[in-house]
Amino acid sequence: MRYGETGYNLEIDLGRGSVERVETDPRDTELYLGGLGTNAKILWDRVPADADPFSPDNILIFGSGLLCGTPATGCNRTIVSTYSPQTKLMAFSMMGGFWAPELKYAGYDKVILRGKSPNLVYIWINNDKVEIRDASHLKGKGAVETLDLIRDELKEPRAQVAAIGLAGENRVYYASIEQGRSSASRGGLGAVMGDKGVKAIAVRGTKDVNVARPLEFFQLCKEVLEYIKFRNENPVSGVMPILAGLGSPQEMKVHDEKWHTENFVWGNARVRRKDFWNQEIAQAWAESLESMRTRLISCYNCPMECGATITPPGLPTYMMKCFSKLTYTMAAFSDLDFGMHIAQRATEYGVDGFSTPQVMAFALELLENGILTDADFPGMPADNEGRFYWLLDRIVRREGIGDILANGTYWAAKAIGKGAEAYAHNTIKKHEQLPLKLSMLNPIYFLMYCTGEKINITQIEGQFPQAPFPTREEREAFVKDWFQVPDEKFKQYFLDWELRGEKSIPFYPTVEMCCDIVDWQEMMHYIDDALGMCAGLSSFPLKPPYHIHNYPKFISAGAGIEMDEQKLKKAAKRYRTLIRAINVRRGLRRKDDRPPDDHWKKRFPDLEKKLLDTYYEFKGWNQDAIPTKECLHDLGLDYVIKDFQNRGIYKDNGNGAPQETSSEPEKK
Amino acid sequence: MGEKKKKIVKNIKIDVDKCNGCRACEMICSAFHASPKYSSNNPARSRIRLVRDPIRDIYLPVYAGEYAPAECMGRDKYVINGKEYGECDFCRASCPSRDAFKEPDSGLPLKCDMCEDDPPQEKPLCVQWCLNNALTYEEREEEVEEEEKPEDAEIGLEALIDKYGLEKVMDTVARISLAKKGS
Repeated sequence: MRYGETGYNLEIDLGRGSVERVETDPRDTELYLGGLGTNAKILWDRVPADADPFSPDNILIFGSGLLCGTPATGCNRTIVSTYSPQTKLMAFSMMGGFWAPELKYAGYDKVILRGKSPNLVYIWINNDKVEIRDASHLKGKGAVETLDLIRDELKEPRAQVAAIGLAGENRVYYASIEQGRSSASRGGLGAVMGDKGVKAIAVRGTKDVNVARPLEFFQLCKEVLEYIKFRNENPVSGVMPILAGLGSPQEMKVHDEKWHTENFVWGNARVRRKDFWNQEIAQAWAESLESMRTRLISCYNCPMECGATITPPGLPTYMMKCFSKLTYTMAAFSDLDFGMHIAQRATEYGVDGFSTPQVMAFALELLENGILTDADFPGMPADNEGRFYWLLDRIVRREGIGDILANGTYWAAKAIGKGAEAYAHNTIKKHEQLPLKLSMLNPIYFLMYCTGEKINITQIEGQFPQAPFPTREEREAFVKDWFQVPDEKFKQYFLDWELRGEKSIPFYPTVEMCCDIVDWQEMMHYIDDALGMCAGLSSFPLKPPYHIHNYPKFISAGAGIEMDEQKLKKAAKRYRTLIRAINVRRGLRRKDDRPPDDHWKKRFPDLEKKLLDTYYEFKGWNQDAIPTKECLHDLGLDYVIKDFQNRGIYKDNGNGAPQETSSEPEKK
Repeated sequence: MGEKKKKIVKNIKIDVDKCNGCRACEMICSAFHASPKYSSNNPARSRIRLVRDPIRDIYLPVYAGEYAPAECMGRDKYVINGKEYGECDFCRASCPSRDAFKEPDSGLPLKCDMCEDDPPQEKPLCVQWCLNNALTYEEREEEVEEEEKPEDAEIGLEALIDKYGLEKVMDTVARISLAKKGS
């Protein structure tokens, strides 16, 4: 018997209309754990290195984490993997919600889509019965609307549905996959789903998920629950409120947005408004949130309340979490009322809440600066908010200028030319980032921005405080119950870290310490993404209930795979390195490992070089950012060495072969 | 009047306003009742069911109660604070009209036992797992009459005697029992 996982994947060929239930190899679980890890292995094995994201050869994998569906609190994530139309690299966005556990209860670990359907379809997985059904009546429907329509049509209110909206159908490069409570938004997964002609996947399952050592596993889960209670009652002191507790940042709960609105930048990631927040705004925004927020809600099997149902007056209800609360507001220099209204439309269209507002602000900046002209925006209303709605409508329909903007700021700037590239300034690896522009280089964040394969800073950070505490006493108090550290040395790093002077940023933490810190933070995210654990209870907050010391026990007792810290660290390193290899094979090299252009004002080229040199070596990569033969061999990835040698990857002097053409064909 | 006797009544207070819709209650119920304990979980086997429709803000945890051999007439709708509920949503019965509160493979009815299993739990597991206090456990002492309640059959027969007279009912019962013996 398989424990934790079901041991079966569902393979669906949309071109042939075939569905197969395929048993998986338990040795792969031991090596790559599950979720992200096994997704990466499948992507490496099956998709040709040069496949266009919109080719039938590309596959779209919906992978549940190894422990999804077990009693482990907060373990509910679906890891969606494919090649991204925007970055051309591996995209692995994730969503919480209820979909992954339901898939497990239906008897599958993953759904793997390949080929393309000639007509729009949806997939209905009801335990052993799997159907590819016509979805022509759902064409153009909103993503949230679709969830309801499918549940009604199937007469199965308990079905969990993941769907795309109009943006996905029209292959917008930053289209999301929406699941009601959650979405997989980053990297344009919705566009690949739309390209495959799949509107939605509905799942209902009524089978058991087994664990290997029941009483032990139950005890571990109970300890986690007790610690969550403790942490809820004892927030971390010395950090701002959104970093003090567990869960993803509690944006649906908090009213005080002074920190975000004054430290993050407005418009096209441009303007910092230092004295923005005042009593009047605080009151108006609190009223907006209070009047539209129906309830704080969670994902499957989790006591947190990181999301909310939002009902703007006169509009259908949608669900929101985290920072999309402010991205539209700040891109448009508007207020929260506008932000929460337009997010309703954007959610139905199914677009990423980070990229979309930034692309629209970028377009308007080009207009203001004469690079685009009024002729490019025929019929656009004159009022500020109206212009954002107008642009959103054009983008998701790929109409006029919207067709260019639908590819994101990087590709749009290339297509527009005339110096537009300078305005696409807030991307890494062609993907729009959080609007943050800071003064002094932060060496930890520098490494994370440069080398993170997730191409999304919030998906790499956590664990180590973002800034030093002012006094030694406060630091000592912080490290006292910091048992989550993998090694005692991290406590010392933090104790010695000062706001000013010799032991302050950017030269402290030292280059070597930065490598340790970044590696630890990243490793925890990678473990979460294989197990299906929400980062909000693990890798993202300080002092989380899941950590490197109890995870091996969870895997042993849950999945029946004997695990200790060393073995787990090595497994995480294995699939983390494999993902780098996947991207290297698609052309990623050192030259691409860069932060957003103007992220910091004060830069330190020598230090930055040393940071990357040292970190690459630390990771077992060569100076072109390619995993070395020794590193790959040590991880049992000899098949990667062979492939690299066949392709001459070690000899190309760091040039790679990045695809510099957009997938979207020229306008017909 | 019979003698009065003290008895502990166990119940769960459900505050739907505090429910965040996570279904941990369903999950842990099914794990606790698995055999061996906690060896598997499957919300479809749970003895608590969360009627959940976030878009309409419906969150309604319901516990499995008595088995009903036949469907009832209840198909009414309730609108409470602008939210529409089906009469079935509130019902605890394992009944032929729906798949709730039945073992998914055998179809046998399920019933909440307040986790009075071995070892006895201080509180039902669903309550322990609900950190938002949508479910709270309560015990109260109640005085109950010692007197046995009349059985349903007795109540029915009395109603028939009232209507047709004792003699007629006895004749009919005798005739039916004779016919049954003969068959």
